[in-house]
Amino acid sequence: MSIRLENVFFSYLEGTPTNQAALRNVSLEIEDGEFVGLIGPTGSGKSTLIQHFNGLLKPDSGKVFVDGVDLTLKDTQLRLIRQKVGMVFQYPEHQLFGETVLEDVGFGPRNGGLSEEEIVKRVREALAYVGLDYEVLKDQSPFELSGGQKRRVAIAGVLAMRPSVLVLDEPTAGLDPAGREEILAEIKQLHDEGGITVVLVTHSMEDVARFADRLIVMEQGTIALDGTPLEVFGQAGRLKDMGLGVPEITELMYELKAHGLDVDTEILTVAEAEAEIIRVMGWGCQK
Amino acid sequence: MLRSVTIGQHIPGDSLIHRLDPRTKILSSIVLIVLLFVVKGFIGYGLVALGIALVVRASNIPLRFVLRGVRPLMVILVFTLTLHLFMTDGRIIFQIWFLKVTWEGLIRGLMMGTRLLLLIIGTSMLTLTTSPMQLTDGIETLLRPGKKIGIPAHELAMMMTIALRFIPTLLEETEKIMKAQMARGADFQSGGITQRAKSLIPLLVPLFVNAFRRADDLAIAMEARGYRGGEGRTKLRELKFQRSDMMALGFVLAFALVVGAFF
Repeated sequence: MSIRLENVFFSYLEGTPTNQAALRNVSLEIEDGEFVGLIGPTGSGKSTLIQHFNGLLKPDSGKVFVDGVDLTLKDTQLRLIRQKVGMVFQYPEHQLFGETVLEDVGFGPRNGGLSEEEIVKRVREALAYVGLDYEVLKDQSPFELSGGQKRRVAIAGVLAMRPSVLVLDEPTAGLDPAGREEILAEIKQLHDEGGITVVLVTHSMEDVARFADRLIVMEQGTIALDGTPLEVFGQAGRLKDMGLGVPEITELMYELKAHGLDVDTEILTVAEAEAEIIRVMGWGCQK
Repeated sequence: MLRSVTIGQHIPGDSLIHRLDPRTKILSSIVLIVLLFVVKGFIGYGLVALGIALVVRASNIPLRFVLRGVRPLMVILVFTLTLHLFMTDGRIIFQIWFLKVTWEGLIRGLMMGTRLLLLIIGTSMLTLTTSPMQLTDGIETLLRPGKKIGIPAHELAMMMTIALRFIPTLLEETEKIMKAQMARGADFQSGGITQRAKSLIPLLVPLFVNAFRRADDLAIAMEARGYRGGEGRTKLRELKFQRSDMMALGFVLAFALVVGAFF
């Protein structure tokens, strides 16, 4: 299940000059099974970009292929594409509408024309993915749940369609640290065990450093950087110019280096940093 | 898709008409409406049309913007004309089966049509040259004397301001929810009427829930900044009647009296 964009241009107001467009000549390919982190300053075109992945927006020019199917053609069945490319928008709990959790989570499968039996099965499975109990919640109103639970129910509503690609726009915004960790861990698990391709839009460098195996950095409607987290965070200066940064622990390593400690700055996690500092300081033998 | 909807038709400018106090323009519009119902003949309409034309000219607003406001009401205009044309008794011009067209009908239809047309163009000059904020300000000040008989002038104006302010927000929200539900396979376009009405539930429920949540937040934010209603509240920009306002009002009133009385 690959997503491929070729020379995509898009602007919200028709007739705006191309240098002000929301997307300018974007080409990229996301392969099956990747975990892609999409970062960039506010207004850089991240949300616009992901909406091209399932045909919610259509490019002014250029091509979008999902699994080899051209989304820009008129007779493409976008409904089928949207079952395959699940999209979780920012604050997805603001879209809850069902009288019961079952009805809300089952909305996607129901639109896909599945039998009631199959829908229940899908809902049960999707709720389990996000750590919620079907038996407890199915008849509750989604509006009576806590903030974190609402968010999970909303995410389950997308998972219930069994997408093979999951695109999430800031899924942890506004959650407490525990809630963030849980949701991120669940997404990681979906990727590792469920084999789902994940595109995660976020402002947190820490999150992408920990989970993504590829980073795409957007700037003013174009792809500024594209590579592994190590490659991208190696360009600390460039990222700072864009108003972004590197993970704090990487930042620390840069600082240490600037102060004359000869450490490797290609570090993304605290554990790696610990090992590197021990190595450089020569403390290893004392243990 | 909803971005193309523009709210209010105010066109900013610095003409004589733009600079008039909103109260002057509101009162003049009321005078115009009354006048249009008092005037009985085509000469009167002609004079009113001339007056409106002068105002349009003085406002420096391109004619196409003025006429754009008429377009959505074209149906009503044609409907009025046809209704009068066929439903009035009198000297018959020609007759097809039971449908008869009469002289009286033709005249009445044309008069009604002209009346409507002038009404639309005249009042649209108010909204074209006055920003929504100024408009609500003007309405509030005009309604203030009504407080004694229980008209909540300030509250009404505040409600109008907030409503106007939130139209774009709600449109944006609608678009967002629509997209989210479309991503889950919702279809807002196809199907019969019941199917389509049903498909709106996943859009309308969250929209209302969010609107109420937003309203709560706004109320708290306003209270946190010390809002306690209109009592003792002052304004950054007080409305002031200028000499030009007096002259404009005087001119409009004199014009209306003369045209109303003689034509």
